[in-house]
Amino acid sequence: MRVYFDYNATTPLAPEVIDAVARASRDVFGNASSVHRFGQQAKAALDDARSAVAALIGADPAEIVFTSGGTESDNFAIRGAAEALEPSGRRHLIAGAIEHEAVLNTLKALARRGWRTTLLPVEPSGIVSPDRLREAITTETALVSVMHANNEIGTIQPVTELAAIAHEHGALMHTDAVQTAGKIRVDVRALGIDLLSLSAHKFNGPKGAGALWIKRGTRLQPTMTGGKHERNRRAGTENVPGIVGLGVAAQLAAAKLDADAPRIAALRDRLERGVLDAVAGTAVNGAREARVPNTTNISFDRVEAESLLIALDLAGVAVSTGSACSSGTLEPSHVLKAMGLPAHRTQNSLRFSLGLFSTEDEVDFTIAVLPRLVDKLRGLTARCAS
Amino acid sequence: MRVVVAMSGGVDSSVAAALLAEQGHDVIGLSMQLYDQSEGQTSFGSCCSIDDLHDARKVAAALDIPHYIVNFERRFDEQVVSNFVREYAAGRTPLPCVHCNSDLKFATLAERASAFGADAVATGHYARVERDAASGRYRLRRGVDPAKDQSYFLFSLTQAQLAAACFPIGDRPKAAVRAYARERGLPVAEKPDSQEICFIPDHDYRSFVETRIPGGGREGVFVDEQGRVLGRHEGVHRFTVGQRKGLGLASPGSAPMYVLALQPATQQVLVGPKPSLERGTLTASLVNWIAREPAAPLRVRAQIRHRHEAAPATVRALGDARAEVVFDAPQIAITPGQAVVFYADDDVVVGGGWID
Repeated sequence: MRVYFDYNATTPLAPEVIDAVARASRDVFGNASSVHRFGQQAKAALDDARSAVAALIGADPAEIVFTSGGTESDNFAIRGAAEALEPSGRRHLIAGAIEHEAVLNTLKALARRGWRTTLLPVEPSGIVSPDRLREAITTETALVSVMHANNEIGTIQPVTELAAIAHEHGALMHTDAVQTAGKIRVDVRALGIDLLSLSAHKFNGPKGAGALWIKRGTRLQPTMTGGKHERNRRAGTENVPGIVGLGVAAQLAAAKLDADAPRIAALRDRLERGVLDAVAGTAVNGAREARVPNTTNISFDRVEAESLLIALDLAGVAVSTGSACSSGTLEPSHVLKAMGLPAHRTQNSLRFSLGLFSTEDEVDFTIAVLPRLVDKLRGLTARCAS
Repeated sequence: MRVVVAMSGGVDSSVAAALLAEQGHDVIGLSMQLYDQSEGQTSFGSCCSIDDLHDARKVAAALDIPHYIVNFERRFDEQVVSNFVREYAAGRTPLPCVHCNSDLKFATLAERASAFGADAVATGHYARVERDAASGRYRLRRGVDPAKDQSYFLFSLTQAQLAAACFPIGDRPKAAVRAYARERGLPVAEKPDSQEICFIPDHDYRSFVETRIPGGGREGVFVDEQGRVLGRHEGVHRFTVGQRKGLGLASPGSAPMYVLALQPATQQVLVGPKPSLERGTLTASLVNWIAREPAAPLRVRAQIRHRHEAAPATVRALGDARAEVVFDAPQIAITPGQAVVFYADDDVVVGGGWID
């Protein structure tokens, strides 16, 4: 059996998406900016996708800008807002300490160019407290960026409250919703934000397609300059097949979300309970209530996460130690570190993330193989220590 | 059999993996990341660099075997790099590859392998290991290609380590290994052999050691055998016994001077003419006996560095993992910190130790 429990890294494509991408690649090859019928056809395909993405997050289609994915959307939101607000003297940026590297490293890059940046600490639960934002924000703050849900532990952040605080001080509010869009209900109006990033491949769409939602009236400096694509907001010939795939994935997610989320949550809970019961010295990292339905992050005492990941893969179960983007480094997870977990727990934790095609059999298989692998690795660790 | 292959991305370990896969074993490729590969560290030497990790991955993909990169940065620093720096600072000439073999590949990596359910760890070393049916002991032998033999670097493996070791290319000449790589279409078939110490950037071990010695190395003087001071130098770590070049002591008409000994306590470098480099005996510490420790003096061929033709000698165990070696004829530049490895029947490693 081959089990895939790494949906937060990326997801398999839904069959409907594969068909749509194939059809668009074959039949809709025109440049969406062209005047002729080929171009019109491509433009129409983009419009359909735009409506589907807008519907997924309660937005207006005109507010959707297609990008290459989550990282570009985050860059566009942060750099675009920072540069647009620079003349007004707002040169301060705030983000959560447990943001994705796409946000953290963009802030670092801007800090090198003179922007002041503040990272908000998180509670041991893995949630940013609005009080921390109140302490950090000033009238010079241009933008607050706090993710909707964390990619490593799945905790959902109080974005609505944070947005209200940002707006009291005249700052823009951005949220990276890459781990929530398509998984739970996301409504940009209810969240009360200005900018939202999402990515197709996290909800059974293709890689290389995503969107930034820009609330009507929000001024952003484009980061990609060139032609007049995407209403002058993002230059470059649109990735029509990818965007068509994004649209179909958004449609599917919107239609099935109310049924899928509880089903996946039940599987995740079964896995979590099973692992905690079957393996001694295990604990869940982060809040278990305010969490996306598909994610659990578990620490295994006296086991090196890197080794357990390999042992699991050899046994047929694919998981990860955290962000796929930081694998291969010895650095402990910045998320678990920010939560104040002791050093050993930041290096002995695995993320299991489930999704559309996950089954009860896969969960039970994983629970069955894990204890043996952990025992073997614990024998190893004990020998090393002696 | 499930076998872990330590894949460096070079042609030798790639062929080792290919041969085992071809024999139908359940092969898992592991590549060790040994130092920080992040931005700004790209000046590290040519072996085990990030490009080599990519090469290892490409070979594994071509062989359709699972491949993982395991992070051994901390272990490598503790077991290999620290020792390397300490030895130079102590006026000795270190041999880091031996430590990497016995303290990392056939220790940490082998423990991982066993936790992954593997029965053996294979490497691309030119050496052979076989079980002697009569004694039940494992024997280490030279690889069949005399120009490529690496048994010298494996002398410190214990019986338990040898029992789990597998050297699939040890019975082939290098040319045959390359030919096999070409025939199998391995993407590293034409890759040049690595030469230098993998963690030393730009082959400049002196600067590397200086950045890691507290105080950066102390200045000292050259003295000759009569105790005359001949000049100044920038630290004993910059020299090795037998070195002639780079002393800056040339005086026209006189015989060239060689480093005879390094005295870290006084930071003196003792120099003299070539005949003074000859020694007929040595003692060694931390001796590992692969065959049984001999009760009586044993006739062997003793090799005192990688590129040294093993010379006839008699070795006597002194107890406490020490040994004395008496050569039939004096040897040039017996160097503290290098290994002395004892061979019987031309190619069987009886044991070896570290030259005092």
